[in-house]
Amino acid sequence: MANQKGNVYFLQGNEAIVKGAIAVGMRFYAGYPITPSTEIAEILSEELPKLGGKYIQMEDEIGSIACVVGASIAGLKAMTATSGPGFSLMQENIGFACMAEVPCVIVNVQRVGPSTGIPTHPAQGDMMQARWGTHGDHPIVALAPSSVKECFDLTIKAFNLSEKYRVPVIILSDEIIGHMREKVELPAPDSVEIINRIKPSVPPEWYKPYDETSNGVPPMANFGEGYRYNITGLTHDKMGFPTLRADETRELMGRLMKKTTYFKSDIIMMEEFMLRDAEIMVFAYGSVARVAMAAIRMARERGIKVGLLKPLTVWPFPKIQVERLSKKINTVIVAELNAGQMVYEVERVVKKDARVERLNKYDGELFTPGEILDKIMEVV
Amino acid sequence: MEQGVRAEHKYFRVTKKFPVVWCPGCGIGIVMGALIRAINRMELDKDKVVLVSGIGCSGRIPVYLDFNTLHTTHGRALSFATGIKFANPALTVIVIMGDGDATAIGGNHFIHTCRRNIDINAIVINNCTYGMTGGQYSPTTPFSALSTTSRYGNIEQPFDICELAIGSGATFVARSTTYQALLLDRLIEKAIRKKGFSVVEAIANCNTAYGRINRLGSAVDMMKWEKECGVMVDAWGKMTAEERKGKFAIGLLKDIERPEYTEEFDKITRESQNITA
Repeated sequence: MANQKGNVYFLQGNEAIVKGAIAVGMRFYAGYPITPSTEIAEILSEELPKLGGKYIQMEDEIGSIACVVGASIAGLKAMTATSGPGFSLMQENIGFACMAEVPCVIVNVQRVGPSTGIPTHPAQGDMMQARWGTHGDHPIVALAPSSVKECFDLTIKAFNLSEKYRVPVIILSDEIIGHMREKVELPAPDSVEIINRIKPSVPPEWYKPYDETSNGVPPMANFGEGYRYNITGLTHDKMGFPTLRADETRELMGRLMKKTTYFKSDIIMMEEFMLRDAEIMVFAYGSVARVAMAAIRMARERGIKVGLLKPLTVWPFPKIQVERLSKKINTVIVAELNAGQMVYEVERVVKKDARVERLNKYDGELFTPGEILDKIMEVV
Repeated sequence: MEQGVRAEHKYFRVTKKFPVVWCPGCGIGIVMGALIRAINRMELDKDKVVLVSGIGCSGRIPVYLDFNTLHTTHGRALSFATGIKFANPALTVIVIMGDGDATAIGGNHFIHTCRRNIDINAIVINNCTYGMTGGQYSPTTPFSALSTTSRYGNIEQPFDICELAIGSGATFVARSTTYQALLLDRLIEKAIRKKGFSVVEAIANCNTAYGRINRLGSAVDMMKWEKECGVMVDAWGKMTAEERKGKFAIGLLKDIERPEYTEEFDKITRESQNITA
């Protein structure tokens, strides 16, 4: 690829997602073109055949995610990429992947909504949809990169978490991160950590595809490997057969939820910046976190004790970490490119330990450092 | 090779608690039997057969059968199946859908899968109604027929599923009924053997919902209607438009060759690797 010198590249966020996915062993992509995610599909349509992988363009996003889930059941690491309108269409089968415990990765390069919104401008309006977009209680993991390097790293992490816990993992990028170019140094391919789904170690006649295990994650046999079993979106028993029984339903639901709550410490990633002595904490993710860092440096020059908490994992929400930090500071500013979404989680967790201030923008423009600095000055 | 009922038992899941969910007299079990007979004759390796279904009464077939079985969401079975077949072309992928599943909520996936021509066999069980939800009108409910949501008669025009498949580019299209069950299993076998996307429509009786509300009698009465109205394609070709009224053609309606998707993808894979090398 052009723009490369050794293992140093000049890449877009969307390109880095492709590189991360290929590095971690993704070999199946199904998707439908949508701005601002299309580069991911375009590059993969060229790169995957070279690697013996598969690329298919489906008739819509509903079919795309269904195709991805099917490919994963057949044994390939699979992904799709989309933006708001397509993400809405995918919700049905993201729920299927949660219920049937099929690993897959969904990239949502967020743009302004609702509806068609502004396809070419950034937003962070799908944070809650990523958590609750599909119906019913369900486990979900969502990661939010704020740089090109993080696009690469978090895509690898997304596949690893998805394979390890058998949950769909959503990457919540945005138009700025997706299209921004940065210099990045990528690791050598053999130094990338790769986690693959655990296969059953018992003979087929002993295999219980949805059995309770010590970590709540049953081993997964791929179709065609000799373990003939049933996969359904209906509530099912340990054999994968539909059930209406309350005890079996409770057991299944409990195990599904446990996967992302019990292993939070493994799933949650976050970064702290200048928080050691901070009295004010800015809570920001994605493209906003970059602006917040600039604003914080400017405020520090004026002697204001302010720092940044940047969650890389947004779902499950880093409850314990935010709770701990809120006891050390007096004000949290939650800056988001939406009318206020993650702020509800922050308020729920911080309670009365600190004052929670909102800073919101939903006009398709990114914050300027000055705007965040103004808010910091206002709360001092 | 075992034949008949004994052969069928070989493919049932002993771990799944019977009886089946279907009403007494339902035509879906007959389609399941035809599918098993076709697979049995072909002596396919159970481990390499994948059955995919959507939602509705028809969608419940796979769970009873001892293959790799996937019961998906409403209308999406073909898209899941496309993922499986494309990821592992060595598998035999068979999709079972109902008329609402395939041509209403799944209509877009249906026409595009026909167009794409991936080597999957689709069996569409057409009983002209949404049976599982109690008998609402579907895209194949005849004009003026009654249903729980067309109490004054259906004012929509029905799809002809085979015409739809042919128009969308499917390479193999056939139709039979639950009365002509032996023809059905022969057509399913041919469809599975076909390299490319194949559609077999099975006209089936829903005596509980569709039959009762339209006063069509018992399951046996409805199958007699299938016997009278299903005309073999050769005879159908010699009939006048007047004679065809109220009847439909059965048998092999289309069988052509077009490039198959996974094979074409293999070609571009080799091409891209040659360029890289």
